[in-house]
Amino acid sequence: MPLDFNNLFGIHEQALKVHAKRGETIASNLANADTPGYKARDIDFRAALQNAQAGSPGAMEATQAGHIQSNSPEDPNLMYRTAVQPSVDGNTVDGQVEKQKYMESAMRYQASLSFIDGQLKQLLAAIRGQ
Amino acid sequence: MGMFNIFDITGSGMSAQSVRLNTTASNLANAETVSSSTGETYRARHPMFSTALDEAMGGDGSKLGGVRVDGIVESQAPLQRKYAPDHPKADDNGYIYMPNVNPVEEMANMMSASRSYQTQVEVANTAKQLMMKTLTLGK
Repeated sequence: MPLDFNNLFGIHEQALKVHAKRGETIASNLANADTPGYKARDIDFRAALQNAQAGSPGAMEATQAGHIQSNSPEDPNLMYRTAVQPSVDGNTVDGQVEKQKYMESAMRYQASLSFIDGQLKQLLAAIRGQ
Repeated sequence: MGMFNIFDITGSGMSAQSVRLNTTASNLANAETVSSSTGETYRARHPMFSTALDEAMGGDGSKLGGVRVDGIVESQAPLQRKYAPDHPKADDNGYIYMPNVNPVEEMANMMSASRSYQTQVEVANTAKQLMMKTLTLGK
């Protein structure tokens, strides 16, 4: 089987991008934990990854600022979180939930990283032949 | 793009929380500042937060935002009036005016602000570790 350099890391390359974006979204939630009226948001990971993998076939190019963006991994559809205990000021950020999600996202990011790392090490071993 | 936004977001969160800590410190320090008229009396100050969208955060249309301090507002709660005719600052009727600072509320505010700040630091630290690991891939 010839080595396909375009797809060397498999799904993990896209997964990293989606996890990075998710981490950013959750960081934004945590930063706005005390902002009145802020609604917590998150990324639908499965949908975002499927989109990223499919490479958005038939996606239209956004050439002007007013164009609606397609769902690239850098710009997936954000969804609002269903609040367990919404506060009186309209804020739906739950610090515990967000911290847990952030930690989960970070762990999954590291898991993808270590898969990529393993692949690279394998490749290096093959190149060196030692 | 990418994880660098996290540092902008947590940075804005940290500065917003430190503004909040500053106002709390000012309120607590002035909790006992008496004066002889309602006009000169210190009033409790609180920052107003709002979400800073897009343009402040790199403007790549990522729809994420940090925190912006819209301003600091003075509390409209009534001042405490105290009858103390012997006080050097007492007015003609023998009253002094105390700030409308509620120390218990301020302490709770302080704890909340410091917890939020800690959360921001931890988020930034985790993001930094992830970036460092990404940079040292294959080593």
